[in-house]
Amino acid sequence: MSGSARPLLSRVADSVFWMGRYMERAENVARFIGVNLNLQLDLPLDPAHQWQPLIDTSGDTEVFKERYGHATQDNVISFLAYDAENPNSIYSCLTSARENARSVRETISSEMWEQVNTMYLHLQTQREMPNPEWLPEVFRGIRMGSHLFQGLTDATMTHNEAWHFTRLGRKMERADKTSRILDVKYFMLLPSVRDVGTPYDDIQWSAVLKSVSGFEMYRKKYGRITPRDIVEFLILDREFPRSVHYCIRSADESLHAITGVPMGSYKYPSEQLMGLLRSELDFTSVGSIIRQGLHEYLDALQVKMNLIDARVSEDFVARISSRPQEQSQTQSQAHAGTGN
Amino acid sequence: MRFDNYQNDNFHDEMFDASGVARPEARLLLETIQNLEDGQLERCQRAAERLLLQLGITFNVYGDSHGTERIFPFDLIPRIVRAQEWDWIERGLKQRIFALNAFIDDIYHGQKILKDKVIPDEVIHSAIFYRQQCMGINPPGGIWCHITGTDLVRHGDGQIYVLEDNLRVPSGVSYVLENRDLMKRTFPQVFEGLRVRPVDDYPSKLLETLNSIAPKGAADNPTVVVLTPGIYNSAYFEHSFLAQQMGVQLVEGRDLVVQDNVVWTRTTKGLRKVDVIYRRIDDDFLDPKAFRPDSLLGVPGLVDAYRAGNVALANAPGNGVADDKVVYAYVPDMIRYYLGEDAILPNVPTYLCWRDADRQHVLGNLDKLVVKAANEAGGYGMLVGPHATEAQRAEFAEKVKENPRNYIAQPTLALSRVPTLIDDHLEGRHVDLRPYILYGSKDINVVPGGLTRVALRKGSLVVNSSQGGGSKDTWVLAAEAGGAQ
Repeated sequence: MSGSARPLLSRVADSVFWMGRYMERAENVARFIGVNLNLQLDLPLDPAHQWQPLIDTSGDTEVFKERYGHATQDNVISFLAYDAENPNSIYSCLTSARENARSVRETISSEMWEQVNTMYLHLQTQREMPNPEWLPEVFRGIRMGSHLFQGLTDATMTHNEAWHFTRLGRKMERADKTSRILDVKYFMLLPSVRDVGTPYDDIQWSAVLKSVSGFEMYRKKYGRITPRDIVEFLILDREFPRSVHYCIRSADESLHAITGVPMGSYKYPSEQLMGLLRSELDFTSVGSIIRQGLHEYLDALQVKMNLIDARVSEDFVARISSRPQEQSQTQSQAHAGTGN
Repeated sequence: MRFDNYQNDNFHDEMFDASGVARPEARLLLETIQNLEDGQLERCQRAAERLLLQLGITFNVYGDSHGTERIFPFDLIPRIVRAQEWDWIERGLKQRIFALNAFIDDIYHGQKILKDKVIPDEVIHSAIFYRQQCMGINPPGGIWCHITGTDLVRHGDGQIYVLEDNLRVPSGVSYVLENRDLMKRTFPQVFEGLRVRPVDDYPSKLLETLNSIAPKGAADNPTVVVLTPGIYNSAYFEHSFLAQQMGVQLVEGRDLVVQDNVVWTRTTKGLRKVDVIYRRIDDDFLDPKAFRPDSLLGVPGLVDAYRAGNVALANAPGNGVADDKVVYAYVPDMIRYYLGEDAILPNVPTYLCWRDADRQHVLGNLDKLVVKAANEAGGYGMLVGPHATEAQRAEFAEKVKENPRNYIAQPTLALSRVPTLIDDHLEGRHVDLRPYILYGSKDINVVPGGLTRVALRKGSLVVNSSQGGGSKDTWVLAAEAGGAQ
C-alpha cells in the first residue's frame, strides 16, 4: 500500500462525526441526571422545579409534556435515560453511537467498537430490569464509559481525517450542552434575588458546575461562587476543557486539520463561520456578555453553532461530485475568497 | 469422564473410529479434554459466547424489522482434518475451480461445451442465474470465480463428497478467522503439542488476489473496496471485518458513482477512482441499469464500467449459472471436458427431475431422498424425505411435477459427526465443511480447513445458521516430518 492518506468517504465522515457526538450527548445527559439525583438529597424541592429544568436543557419540553405530563423524578429519568422514542435519551444516543460505529467498524479501532458495544449491551440489560438503587451507579458507568471511549479514540486510532471528524462531533456537542445548561439554570436561578449569597444559592450554582464536571477546577481558579465568574468560566475559559471557548477552539483545529487550510484562514464556508465564532470568543469579555444579556448571548451562540453544523454537513457530507481535476478548479475559486 | 457415554450411533465420527477408539490424529486433543477439571470446558464455552457478544460478532436475522442480532453459536470442540486427507481435498478443489472457471468463461463466449452436447443447451438457457448481459465479457485474466466456498460433506461410507459450489458471494470466512482467534483466547491449552496450520493470512491472500485482478492501467497500488448492502445485511459483520483486515474501504452503493464508465467513491475531498470491487451484493442488486431496475443497493452503470474494462468485480457477475443444482450434476463432465481428467472429489449422486426416468424414481422414493430446488440456498426450498411428514412429501411431489426443471434429488446423506458440548457433556452432532478457495491471476490458494458448520439440534442434518446451525474451529494438521501423520 502506498503511504499517502486516502480521502475519507463522505458517509464515513458523517458516521464518525455522529458517533462522537452521540457518545458525548449520552455522557452529558448521564451527568445532568446524576447531579440532580445528588442535589435533591440536599435540597428537596418540589419535583417540577427539581426535574423540569433537565427536560428544558435537552430541548424536548413539548414532547415530554405531551407524553408524560408533569415532571417527576421517575418519569424524567425514564424519558431521559431509557426511552427509545426519545431520540436524545441515553439509550437512544448509545444506540445511535453504536449504529454509527458499526457502519464504520473498518475505520475505527476494534477497541473503540468493543467499548461502545459493551456500553450499549450493559444499558440494555439495565433497561430491561431497572433498579432504582443502581441509578447513581448506572449514570456514573455511562460517564466513565464515555471517558474510556474517548481515551481509546485518542490512544488507539490514528489521528487522521476520520479522527478529526469524531473530535469535531464531540466538541460541537459539548459546547452545545455547556451553553444549554448555563442558559436553563441561569434563567431559573436569577429571579430569586433574595437567595443571592445564601447556602441555597451556593448549592444550586455548585450543581451547575458539577453538571459539567467543573466544580473543582472553578474553585481553584475563583474560590468564591458568583454567577458572573461562573459565566466567565463556562463560556470563556481558555483552559477548562468543557468551556464553550475551549470546545470551539478544538473544533476549529480539527476542521482545519480536515481541510488542510492554515488556521486563521478559510476555504470552506464552515471554516469561515467557525473562525468568526472562535475569534469572537477569543476577544469577548464577560462584562459585555452580561451587558448584552446572558440569555440573548447564549441564544445567538446556539444559532451560530447550528449554522456551523449545517455547513459542515454541506461542505463534506452532501453529495460531492467533482473529480480531482475539476475539484482543483473549485479549490482555486474557493481560495479567491480566503480571508487573509 | 466426559466421553463415558459417548456413542457413534452408527454414524461416521470424525474423532472416533467405528469401534469407538480415538482416531490417531484426535488422541492428543481428547487426552487434554479428559484431563480438564470438572466444569472447565463449560466455563470456556461460556467465556467464548460472552466474548462473541462483546466483540459484536453477530448476524442480523432476516425479516426482523427491529434488526435483532444473534451470535452464530460456536462450539469449542474443534474438528480435525489429517494432513494427507487435506492434501487430497486441496488438489480436488483446485481442479474443480479450474474447470468451473473454464466452464463459465465458455458459457459467456463460444459455448463450446453446449455445441459438443456435453451439457444440454436447455439446461443452461433455463438456468435462473444465467445472465445474458454477461455474454462476451472478458474479466481480467479470464477469471470469473475469484472467491469460492465449496460445501463438502462426509457420508457414512467415509467418503467426502462435494455438495455445492457457491460461486457467487459465499460467506462465512470471517468465522473461520474469528473461531480460531476465539479458541486461542478461551481454550489455549488444547493447541499444545499439535501443529495446527494457521489461517490468519487469509486477508493478505484475499488482498493479493484482488490486487492481481486490477484492470490494466490501474496504479501500482490499485484502489480496492469491499461493497456491502449495509449494516442490516446478515453478513455485514464479515464485510466490515474483511475490509478492516485488508485495510481497504468498506463502501455501500450510495458511496459509489459511475461517470464515463469509470467508478468513483464520494469522499470529503471529491471523487476518487476505484479499480477493484469485492462486491458482497448479489448480481440482481448490483446495477439497476443492468439487472433489477428497482435495486436501491447497487450502482447505476457499474456493469458498463466493468464491461469497458475500467473496474474489476470479484466475483464476476454471471457465475450463478454454475451454482444451479442441475448444472452441478455436470461438473464431473466439465472436468473431463476441459481438463481431460477424472474428478478427484466426487459429486453426490444426483437425480435430475426433468429427466423422465429420474423423476419417476424420485417421486417413488420421496421418503428416502433429499429434494432441493435448483436455485435456493441457506437450507430453504428443501425436503429431507426421511424427516418429512406425509403431507410435506405430497406437497413436494406436486412442486416437482409442476416444474421438474427446478428440482433435483439426492440420497439422504448420513453426514459425519463431531463431538459437541451439549449442556455438561459431549454428544455427536452432524457437520459439513466449507473450505474457501481464492483464484487470482497468479495462483489458486485454499485456506487450510475452512468453516465447519454443525447442526446443533439433535439428529438434525441442516447446518445453516438460519436453521439452528453453529460452527467449530477446523484444524488441518501439518504433516509430520517423517510423514507418519
